[in-house]
Amino acid sequence: MSAAAAIPAPRRRERTKGRAFRWLLLSTIVVSGALLVTLLADVAIDGTTSLSWDFLTSAPSFDPRIAGLYPALMGTVWLMGGCVLFIVPVGVATAVYLEEYADARRWWNRLIEINVQNLAAVPSIVYGILGLAFIVRGPLSLGPVVLAGSLTLGLLVLPVVIITAREAIRAVPPSIREGSLALGATQWQTIWRQVLPSSVPGIATGVILALSRAIGETAPLIVIGAAGYVAFAPSGPDSAFTAVPMQIYLWISESRTGFAELAAAGILVLMAVLLLMNGVAIWLRNKYEGKW
Amino acid sequence: MDDLVLTGGARRGEQAVKGLLFLAAILSVVTTTGIVVSLVEGTVEFFGEVPVGDFLFGTEWSPLFSDPEFGVVPLITGTLLITAVAMVVAIPLGLGAAVYLAEYATPRVRRAVKPVLELLAGVPTIVFGFFALTFFTPNVLRDVLGADVQIFNALAAGVIMGFMVVPTIASISEDAMSAVPASLREGAFGLGASKLQVSSRVVFPAALSGIVASIVLGISRAIGETMIVLIAAGQVPNLTADPRESVETMTTFIAATTKGDVATGSIGYKTIFAVGTTLFLLTLVMNAISIRFVRRWRQVYE
Repeated sequence: MSAAAAIPAPRRRERTKGRAFRWLLLSTIVVSGALLVTLLADVAIDGTTSLSWDFLTSAPSFDPRIAGLYPALMGTVWLMGGCVLFIVPVGVATAVYLEEYADARRWWNRLIEINVQNLAAVPSIVYGILGLAFIVRGPLSLGPVVLAGSLTLGLLVLPVVIITAREAIRAVPPSIREGSLALGATQWQTIWRQVLPSSVPGIATGVILALSRAIGETAPLIVIGAAGYVAFAPSGPDSAFTAVPMQIYLWISESRTGFAELAAAGILVLMAVLLLMNGVAIWLRNKYEGKW
Repeated sequence: MDDLVLTGGARRGEQAVKGLLFLAAILSVVTTTGIVVSLVEGTVEFFGEVPVGDFLFGTEWSPLFSDPEFGVVPLITGTLLITAVAMVVAIPLGLGAAVYLAEYATPRVRRAVKPVLELLAGVPTIVFGFFALTFFTPNVLRDVLGADVQIFNALAAGVIMGFMVVPTIASISEDAMSAVPASLREGAFGLGASKLQVSSRVVFPAALSGIVASIVLGISRAIGETMIVLIAAGQVPNLTADPRESVETMTTFIAATTKGDVATGSIGYKTIFAVGTTLFLLTLVMNAISIRFVRRWRQVYE
């Protein structure tokens, strides 16, 4: 390295090319990072003036100066609550079945596997159509209420929970299971008392990731008909609702002045919640990583 | 586990648990069936009123007018136009990031860069839409390209959507390149190849099926994305190749129509399902291709 002059010209050219390539690669990451920073700065500049305690505690209004996020915030809390109650038992049960019981040579088990993979890549608006045709109208006919929203979003993020929970369960070494079985525990006792407790951090991370996807989803909520003006917090699972991203969308579509700033303030709240959730997920992952 | 000797009660309990877990697992199949049934049912009803040829080859789309036209072509070209713009942005940025992370970055740099991509992946699409409409179009596109750019345009939606897709392409491609065995790299280095040559002529081709899978999955995400397009690209079914104009995509049509609370059984309601089926089939084909490519790369190196 020190005697650059001693390196023959073709090699030197090669080295310059190598450096240029390296900078080119690095610049792609810089561009992505710069966009992210610009986006966050833009939202912060637009949104901070509208952000206040009153903004969080008052109802939306046709007057942008007094409009707030409260019903949407409570709607999102209800939606996510319902979502957790749905995706944790179903997602974990599916993961346990696929990892601990399913015989991969059977066609029905392979069908379930391929299904989960495929469902993870179905566009969110298609889940909205499913929710509209089967949950809001059609067989279940719940109407556009909190429960319908929770179920639709739950189905949408269920593959995330299943896939991460499977990874967490797979990471528990076989020796733990063998030890438990050798001591006379049944298979279910082994799963319930050994495997699941050991994979709780991984499963919790997956559930948080799933919720952070669900909390920002707007398209399925529009399709199932949660798009109206709702001035009250939901009173139960059968109550009409709006949600934070839904309210942001309504404010974005409002062309009068003052509403873009409200949308930005709403986005700030949403992003703050998301950062908090992701922070918890990363903390969990780091704390329990590589325990075996 | 069949040779476990259990007394009657315990065995029945074990079997019951297994049955319950199986029921939960079946829900994913039920979900897919539900999607397919709801789409097919609505689509069959739709084609009871509109000839298939008019839908697939018609170039005018105005299903909610009193004199409706049901040609889906403008929605498909609108979708493809925005997807193409998105890929022009996402493929170089995503692959550049992937090669850098897999081949060049030190562990410390990786720790700094990975969160940027994870954060980008975690931004809700409605936020990207807001940014495209209120910042990117007025402050970037109109400054650079002039006032020919409409307020709602395909270009802004496409470019910003490209950034949304970057983490998908980057992370899957990086996995594929990291899975290339070190012996291939060492062999090439031993023959006197430079780092650039190893990255571009050994690792990249060896990981190609994973890279293709990541791009196909990225395309599928772009086709299915709703909020960015709904907010930033407008809702004008427009048969054009000019990205400065406003277009309507399949997803935008579905969202905009359902927002208006269409009555069950009306032609507008049935149209949602016909467009939804078209969208679902397109993304399904993309996902199937992607899964196939991922499998091929796993078979070779794992």
